Amino acid sequence: METLMSVIVGIIFAIGVYLVLSNSLLRIILGISVLAHGANLLIITMGGLKKGGVPILREEAAAYTDPLPQALILTAIVINFAITAFLLVLAYRAYQTTGVDDMDDLRGPDHV
Amino acid sequence: MRTNNLILQTVTKIVIFIIMTFAFFLFISGHNNPGGGFAGGMTTAAALVLLYLAYDVKTVHEGIPVDFKTLSLLGVFIAVVTGTSSLVMGKPFLNQSFGYYTLPLLGETELTTALLFDTGVAMAVVGMALTIIDAISKDISEDNCPWKP
Amino acid sequence: MYNLVVLPLLIPVLCGLLMGIFRKSIAFQKCLSLLSLLLTGAAAFYLVQQVSARGIQILELGGWQAPFGIVLVVDMLAALLLAAASLVSIACLLFAFKSIGPEREKYYFYPFLQFLIAGVNGCFLTGDLFNLYVCFEVMLVASYVLLSLGGSKPQLSEGIKYVVINVISSTLFLIAIGYLYGVLGTLNMAHLSLRIAAIGQTGLVSVIAILLLIVFSLKAALFLYFWLPGAYGALPPAIATIFAALLTKVGIYAIMRMFSLVFYHQPQITHDLLAVMAVLTMLIGGIGAVVHGDIRNIAAYNVVIGVGFVVFGWTVFTPAAVTGAIYYLIHDMLMKALLFMLVGTIIIIVGSSKLRDMSGMITHHPLLGWLFLISALALTGIPPLSGFVGKYLIIQEGLTRGAVHTGYYIGVAVGLLSTLMILYSLIKIFVRGFWGETTLSPDMEKGNTRGLILPCILLTAAGVFWGGGAELIYPYVEMAAASLLDPAIYIGAVLGEVI
Repeated sequence: METLMSVIVGIIFAIGVYLVLSNSLLRIILGISVLAHGANLLIITMGGLKKGGVPILREEAAAYTDPLPQALILTAIVINFAITAFLLVLAYRAYQTTGVDDMDDLRGPDHV
Repeated sequence: MRTNNLILQTVTKIVIFIIMTFAFFLFISGHNNPGGGFAGGMTTAAALVLLYLAYDVKTVHEGIPVDFKTLSLLGVFIAVVTGTSSLVMGKPFLNQSFGYYTLPLLGETELTTALLFDTGVAMAVVGMALTIIDAISKDISEDNCPWKP
Repeated sequence: MYNLVVLPLLIPVLCGLLMGIFRKSIAFQKCLSLLSLLLTGAAAFYLVQQVSARGIQILELGGWQAPFGIVLVVDMLAALLLAAASLVSIACLLFAFKSIGPEREKYYFYPFLQFLIAGVNGCFLTGDLFNLYVCFEVMLVASYVLLSLGGSKPQLSEGIKYVVINVISSTLFLIAIGYLYGVLGTLNMAHLSLRIAAIGQTGLVSVIAILLLIVFSLKAALFLYFWLPGAYGALPPAIATIFAALLTKVGIYAIMRMFSLVFYHQPQITHDLLAVMAVLTMLIGGIGAVVHGDIRNIAAYNVVIGVGFVVFGWTVFTPAAVTGAIYYLIHDMLMKALLFMLVGTIIIIVGSSKLRDMSGMITHHPLLGWLFLISALALTGIPPLSGFVGKYLIIQEGLTRGAVHTGYYIGVAVGLLSTLMILYSLIKIFVRGFWGETTLSPDMEKGNTRGLILPCILLTAAGVFWGGGAELIYPYVEMAAASLLDPAIYIGAVLGEVI
């Protein structure tokens, strides 16, 4: 299972990197979002995909899944959510102000 | 163009209570079960987004006259102050305490300071989600833009 | 358990939130932000004193014991950096009162400044790698907002690049954290250090170390500096000052902490790479500072040189050299803030940042001119001023180390060359801007300097004290270097009850 997840993470990263390297701003933002999801999936996989109970202390459950990666990616997801929202608004403002969404046209501080 | 949203609006009026109840359940059960302030707040925000979809922004704002930016800041403030209160008691920052109380209707109930913290988190999440929806739904270039583009 | 440790993180957060809630009253925000920074500064200086008297202080958040919960750790290095950061931020706030303008004040400038400082302080305090990531993000999100606040064309186009680069490096940070947790099963820095010491720094761990190095050097503008000049050039002076003084230094702090506490077993891989990157940074920064004719760019490339020099001093990795690097790091915080404020003041007066538009300002602004000369000399490292002690120690130790490892001779040579380049680039501004024929009469100036000189004087005084009071300060810095070089002290303080 971990092997399969690693392959999936690899594919997600490939897609993310491809999108980030493109010229359109919107694609870059999508790429960043995909990359962050890949990172989250990676952390969950790194914690080990054990089949255990909910990581809350009770009498009955014998095996728990590792709660730490879950806590980590919850935090990372929230941060990523905020940053993606911010980036979208920033890209929109930049498009309104400069009239371009192509990174080539945003080259250099002197273009404006 | 006016679209006829009668079915959506009627269903929303009923469904909103179900979602809100579920959100409250998630929020309350959070301490010892899956759920908590974030999940509860997110579900509440989903209910409010449904209101936005069924009615329009103006109607919802008239019904809920709350500044969501202030709500989210207030929420984080409450959460941080709850953590800070343990400082005053001489315990480490973010320490929590709990006790068992007998409440009317509910009987023996566990009350924790983590619930207060969660209230703050829920407020922050609701406020933040709706601020984002608000900002995206309004075209910022026209009425609300502080600097003329 | 020592609750004072959390205050430098907590006070700015609480005050920032209060300011956001009462956003209508600008006067209230101003008073509260000054009060908050003064309290933070007081807490930081008290921490310096406490650490020097009682050793490393830790706080286990929520009462959870060290490797399981998150700890805040303050050793001498963190305490000194906290104190310097609060000094710089007070001066920057005073500068912002007069120069930031009502538009930005209305749209949450002061709250986000507080969040930025909270993030920076959090990075200095934390003893947990994931918490470091979170504090980085707090700091960066605040910096994204401050960068794009105002929405002018250059700000937006440079802002997008800055945000995208930083978000991608944050993702790399997350990936490195994931790998590290997979390999070692912990994220507490002291615990990481113990585990690596137990299993040895294998190839896998070194790869993760390099990944972290890429992340931190992007933040610190160490070799991967290309985002910096454009972004800093687009900013209003007050915000550029706080960025130049604090943001890159957090990256340097993270490098120093991680590569002396955790990844110190394979210096021939990590530390040599760092040294090469540092030398290249000095060289490129120096060339950039010399060739540019725009004073904003000159100042921005000076930041790059400073980063290279500090990291080079640290990679020499002897007690005296690390002391020198920490000494120079704090000098760099104070003096880069001063430089950016002076450059900002010049831009406000002239209304342009091009060297060819300015001349002979000394007739109407003598104080500004002499302050600029002092800052230029201090950055170069002329003896009584603050840059000297750090530079002297680094060069001397670099030469000693060069006898063993000839590469360090090159480093020292480039360090001295970059010093000349700093001198040339800053004196160029002084000569072209302040000497010569006075072209601007007082009524032709684009803005007035009332209230802008006061924070500059404050920082100059701090800088002069940092150089002149070396006898007084040196023991503290030496203690910081000692705890940085001996991981056992840090580990013992954090995990003392467990092992």
